[in-house]
Amino acid sequence: MTTVTNRPTNRIGLTSQDYQGGTTTLCAGCGHNSVTSQIIAACYDLSLDPRQVVKMSGIGCSSKTPAYFLGRSFGFNTLHGRMPSVTTGVALANRTLLPIGISGDGDTGSIGFGQFKHMMRRNVSMVYIVENNGVYGLTKGQHSATADVGQNLKYAGINELPPIDICAEALAADCGFVARSFAGDAKQVRELLKAALCYEGTAVIDIISPCVTFNNQDASTKSYTYGKEHEERIQDITFIPSYNEVQVDYEPGTEQMVRLHDGPMIKLRKLAREYDPTDRWQAMKLMEESRIANEFVTGLLYINEARATLPQMMNLSDTPLAYIDESHLRPSRDAFANVMSEF
Amino acid sequence: MTIIDTAVQSSTYDPHTPIVNDFTIVAATENGSGSQTANNALIRAIFKMGIPVSGKNLFPSNIQGLPTWYAIRVSKHGYTARREHSEILIAFNPRTSDEDLAKLPSGGVCIHPADLKFTTPRSDVVSYAVPVKEFIKELNPPQSLRDYITNMAYVGVLTELLGIDRGQIEAALMHHFNGKRKAVDMNLAMVDLAMNYVRANLPKQDPFRVAAMNETGGQILIDGNTAAGIGAVVGGVSVVAWYPITPSTSLVDAITDYAPKLRPAEDGKVNYAIIQAEDELAAAGIIVGAGWAGTRAMTATSGPGISLMNEFGGLAYFAEVPIVIWDIMRMGPSTGLPTRVSQGDILSAYYLGHGDSRHVCLLPGSMQECFDFAGVAFDLAEQLQTPVLVLSDLDLGMNNWMTKPFDYPSQPLNRGKVLHTESFEAFLAEHNNQWGRYRDVDGDGVAYRTIPGNQHPRAAWLGRGTGHNEAALYSERNDDWKRNMDRLSRKHDTARTLVPAPIADIKPGASVGIIAYGSTHDAVREARDYLRAQGVESSYLRVRALPFNDDVSQFVAQHDEVYVVELNQDSQMLQLLCSHVPALAGKLRAVNLCDGLPLTAEFVTNRILQHRGGANK
Repeated sequence: MTTVTNRPTNRIGLTSQDYQGGTTTLCAGCGHNSVTSQIIAACYDLSLDPRQVVKMSGIGCSSKTPAYFLGRSFGFNTLHGRMPSVTTGVALANRTLLPIGISGDGDTGSIGFGQFKHMMRRNVSMVYIVENNGVYGLTKGQHSATADVGQNLKYAGINELPPIDICAEALAADCGFVARSFAGDAKQVRELLKAALCYEGTAVIDIISPCVTFNNQDASTKSYTYGKEHEERIQDITFIPSYNEVQVDYEPGTEQMVRLHDGPMIKLRKLAREYDPTDRWQAMKLMEESRIANEFVTGLLYINEARATLPQMMNLSDTPLAYIDESHLRPSRDAFANVMSEF
Repeated sequence: MTIIDTAVQSSTYDPHTPIVNDFTIVAATENGSGSQTANNALIRAIFKMGIPVSGKNLFPSNIQGLPTWYAIRVSKHGYTARREHSEILIAFNPRTSDEDLAKLPSGGVCIHPADLKFTTPRSDVVSYAVPVKEFIKELNPPQSLRDYITNMAYVGVLTELLGIDRGQIEAALMHHFNGKRKAVDMNLAMVDLAMNYVRANLPKQDPFRVAAMNETGGQILIDGNTAAGIGAVVGGVSVVAWYPITPSTSLVDAITDYAPKLRPAEDGKVNYAIIQAEDELAAAGIIVGAGWAGTRAMTATSGPGISLMNEFGGLAYFAEVPIVIWDIMRMGPSTGLPTRVSQGDILSAYYLGHGDSRHVCLLPGSMQECFDFAGVAFDLAEQLQTPVLVLSDLDLGMNNWMTKPFDYPSQPLNRGKVLHTESFEAFLAEHNNQWGRYRDVDGDGVAYRTIPGNQHPRAAWLGRGTGHNEAALYSERNDDWKRNMDRLSRKHDTARTLVPAPIADIKPGASVGIIAYGSTHDAVREARDYLRAQGVESSYLRVRALPFNDDVSQFVAQHDEVYVVELNQDSQMLQLLCSHVPALAGKLRAVNLCDGLPLTAEFVTNRILQHRGGANK
């Protein structure tokens, strides 16, 4: 599938063009388009085979975006809030696939909240991205469940309900990869994506992704202005692929290395605060403290690869269930005869 | 014409004129008291004596303490439908005993614990009082087993009074307890104690007895959910996602039990996944994902679950994802009567989803079909790339039925038009380098499908429930929409030619036709004999699937009056037939009942006679 071109290619001979999808139909300046670009960049950088990826989504502006990246990958734009269950089915049917799920704050925080929680509980191997803008876009500007108290929208008025914190919910569900980022912080989004794509289990990235049409007023905590002024990275993240392993050097004390299951590493350089993302309690504490202090902290909040994934827990065959042939799908005649003789 | 009543009449009662192999026993107990062991032992012993027998469990939606009735019909004629009356009452539930006694026909038999007092005793009924408490004192079983052992008393009484082969009772208990001798002996001790007591103290005063026949040889007893579960495993199921709901739960239990025996793990790993979802929405989502990714995926549920799966039904129809949904129908609307039978989901299943959607529905009417259709459903779902709903019900699913043992499938799995890497390349070569996920190449409405894992760079596509063109790209164009919906209609017409055809029994010259489906089959079979005895010959068409094929319209056209038998309030199948043969709709008459009980031949016969009586006036 190598394309003849002068463009640079990655380790599997693909150009970044080979990771593109259709043209976006979202509003100019939408944060989601930035995330789409970083997905393309991360997959290119990792030399992911597009045939290994499946793009999954629910319904909403964010859920349209799988059409805009990785045109050579299969994908399924499912029902509102139901992407987790459909992806669970895909993961059972073919454990060799790498699902990238795109959701939004309505899709995850409201209608799909139950499925989101149960997907994490089952540790379905996938990257689950929430493009979080605090507002319903396609239906023209209602508050979503992640809207901060005081969020003021043109028609919906002022939100008085406390927000659902996607990352706090992920931590509570014992999700082993929890990160928050900001669509305006391209490098962090990309590095987190690369780490998430190499993580075995459910990896949740909550990305504040401004809606330029309905919720980008400066006072909104989901706006570009607010994000740029208030984002506080808890660490500087560099993803180091396994084939670069020999070159890795880091400074103990100011840098922390986290190794993923099959080799790649995440280098975390400490910034203002002392923080260990392998400590779940610290992560929960940070969520609560930043909520009280109205801080917009981003970065890798929690990582722990200890839990078995769903296909591992279920002892599924290494051959994907979708590729088991008839001779194994049908019982033997002897086994069948034995069962019938029990009656 | 007279209205029939198959219950014994008091005038026929004579203890010296035996009534052999033609009566019904009803065991009235409390649920959770372990009466199933007793009832299964009885039914299996009678069955193994070669006598046609059937059991209907009428149980409450409750764990313990509410009334349960189990009706065992013994029929030398081979009739297995429920009957309106029972001749022999096991009055083991003091809370219902007065009402139960009142229902006995004159000349009937009442077997009850000696300490049970009836408010209004009946002198026209033969009563056998059994000192069950004394038996328990004597045997002194462990407290936890006391209720179970208590129920074995009526097994002993019936064994002695009816002449059931004690050896077959013992064999049935061995089967029930998987050969665990200690459990068998504990239960058998009560059976023997009760038998001895009856022999010494209760001279037989009733005419009912069993006598060995040779009518059940080579057959087995099984329930429809077990048959379906085994059928699904044999049919190549790979992903089962479900949420517990009566009366479908035992279908998934059967898969869980039999999959390891039928498809044992290799190197410690299994080639199927059974996952309990958080609700029916998620169960549907999981199988849609698994079906889309190329596996045979199914769920089992009942009415409330079907309601929750509505949106996914539409998605799977429109994105054309093969899935199989077993609906073990129970009484609705709403939570309804969760443990009572109905055929009330015909319309909601056929039209599952919003907008215009019609689904392939299979209607098993026997244990054989519960087994067969489990595999047929997967074949059809993959051939047609669409959801297939299998509409069984509580009576088929949870009661024991006689059947011939199932055969190993004679046909290979039909995986439909799936293009893998090599066949995709070949397809392109044959088709001018053109492929579109939703392009109708063959004119049958069914396009060629690729699944994730296909390595060809052009094989991928993005599934969606939104408007799409033949290339699976988003489209709001009216012509794209219309073309796609027309193709789906064409596909539905293709389905008519592939689904199991109706089974017809045409009687030359008969003006009366009966159309039925599912669990009402045995009541109809029996009713036709009664009608014939009344001078009414009838033809019979048992519909086994939706959409209808031409056989259905021809059958209606061939008969003057067509009675549509079903277990629901709104005559749902009749409604579908009316729209299928609008010009003939005037011939269709409803023989429907919605009371939560399995249909009886008496009801079918009488309703048809009433219709005809009215027509003849």
